[in-house]
Amino acid sequence: MADIEVQDLGKTYVVPEREGGVKAALASLARRRTRQVRAVAGVSFAVEQGEVVGFLGPNGAGKTTTLKMLAGLLHPTSGTATVLGHTPWLRDRAYLGRMALVMGNRNQLQWDIPVLDSYRLYQAIFRIGPADFTRRLDELTELLELGDLLRKPVRNLSLGERMKCEIAGSLLHHPAVLFLDEPTIGLDVAMQRRIRSFVAEYNQRTGACVMLTSHYMADVQALCRRVVVIHRGRLLFDGALSALVERFAAHKVITVAFEEGTTVSDEELAALVGGTVTGRTATSVTVQVPRAQTPTAAGRLLATLAVVDLTIEDPPIEGVIEDVFASPAEEVEHERR
Amino acid sequence: MSAGDPLPVREHDRPGPPPARPAFGSFSPAALGLYYRRQFASALAANLAYRGAVAIWVVTSVIQPLVFIVVWRTVAGSGSTGGYSADQFVAYFLVMMVVDHLTFIWHMWEFEYRIRTGAFSPLLLRPVHPIHNDVCENVSYKLVGLVGILPAAVVLAVVFDADLSGTTPAAVLAFLPAVLLAMVLRFVVEWCVALSAFWLTKVSAMNMVFFSLFTFLGGQFAPLSVLPAWMQTVAAWTPFPWTLAFPVEVLLGRRTGGELLLGYGAQLVWVVVALLVLKLLWRRATRRYSAVGA
Repeated sequence: MADIEVQDLGKTYVVPEREGGVKAALASLARRRTRQVRAVAGVSFAVEQGEVVGFLGPNGAGKTTTLKMLAGLLHPTSGTATVLGHTPWLRDRAYLGRMALVMGNRNQLQWDIPVLDSYRLYQAIFRIGPADFTRRLDELTELLELGDLLRKPVRNLSLGERMKCEIAGSLLHHPAVLFLDEPTIGLDVAMQRRIRSFVAEYNQRTGACVMLTSHYMADVQALCRRVVVIHRGRLLFDGALSALVERFAAHKVITVAFEEGTTVSDEELAALVGGTVTGRTATSVTVQVPRAQTPTAAGRLLATLAVVDLTIEDPPIEGVIEDVFASPAEEVEHERR
Repeated sequence: MSAGDPLPVREHDRPGPPPARPAFGSFSPAALGLYYRRQFASALAANLAYRGAVAIWVVTSVIQPLVFIVVWRTVAGSGSTGGYSADQFVAYFLVMMVVDHLTFIWHMWEFEYRIRTGAFSPLLLRPVHPIHNDVCENVSYKLVGLVGILPAAVVLAVVFDADLSGTTPAAVLAFLPAVLLAMVLRFVVEWCVALSAFWLTKVSAMNMVFFSLFTFLGGQFAPLSVLPAWMQTVAAWTPFPWTLAFPVEVLLGRRTGGELLLGYGAQLVWVVVALLVLKLLWRRATRRYSAVGA
């Protein structure tokens, strides 16, 4: 059985609704209007032990809601899920003791006491033996260079330092399933990279399965072979990252460099390759060509013009993802009186 | 290393056999004991870090009894009201101040924030019931605050010439279980009330109603014996007097023998009822939690 199995999972929030202003506020006393917002609308997938899966989608797609259901914080409105053989929202202690959810914008360490004291508290909460605790703490301290951060109160740490400590703290009990919700949000590039390679390392060492949401494609590219894409609460894609590009990128990008003195206008080029010119530098031109026509277009370029160099690439992943999510999120609305 | 580079694989880092998992399913007093020690230590550290704020709270909790003392001394004059002389009123309100501090819980006011902002999530992710965290925070606050409250009570007792003649060693001994049960009772009852925040996003209004009932029927506003008889009867059937007035009266030597046993009994019954309600509410409350924010 897979570590995570999700079947038709759905979550609908009921939210009170009213216009701004005093008049509307008074009106809402008499009749309270609510609206149902379908955050997750029947999602199914499975994650095997040891897998690192990127969970992608624009803001409001339902990623965080799904992770919260899998971490046992939320009860779903429909569907089922099993993680490590447990139903998460029954909040079985045996499950909570083997799982961790790290939220990039939420603080789990105790604010006013040194990090190490929080860790000792975690040791008691998760019943970690003294030998295991010391060994794991040493490992984490070395990998994340926690050093003297451990003796500082959390409120005195920078965002990046705090995130390192948060992640280390949530791994002290060696969770077999790790949910990371925007773990690198707001961090500088170097810190992002460190956290990334650390997560990969943890996954390799322990064979834990990891689900990660991030708006930084670099995180996803570095960590996840597989991605699950959700949009408007529905599953849009589940497969290899490279397959995502193949499926959703309708174009390829050809960059050509010409011999000096070659002059060719954008219009001529566009007509030649059957695509559009997307960029031009002093020595090279970039054109975007429909995927199927790429070989023909490249052949024509080479045959007709004095080409010194030619490369064919997939468009950048950010662009692909952006195209996928171009339409705004939809909400299922019901007005109730 | 750039983002797209393959990650370094270190040969010696291959996963070994999985470590033994603690048996979270079974209740372990030792594990819970260790948790309580650590959680209490961290709560104490946090309270000491904000000792200034705690000091201000302590000062404000002295003001209310002070006002009541002045008012009721005037009412009693040189005679007595509801069985209390002026100096006995002083003793009553000072002991009440200490008992109120020892039984005080603020979580009713904190749950709204916890739920509205999703700050409750980290506590729910732990394999330990969140109530234990709150017990530790609460007890540590009481201990830190006692450093201010006890001397204040002594000074006021001397200044206002409190009549503590009924406070015999036997009364002190009887007071200990009474105040302990009162602490448990008030904590569980108010934690139940706090859980209503799962259903209502704005609970302040309901909290105020509860608080007023508490002040009045608990005997904080006046000893229950000055109230009309029917109101005393109503009060006796609520948990309120058993959390405040009863332990106070025990320490003042006003409840002995059968009355004392009846009081302990009422406290115990209410604790059991409150725990059952808590268990029932908790199940439903976590279903309602919407973990707002990320």
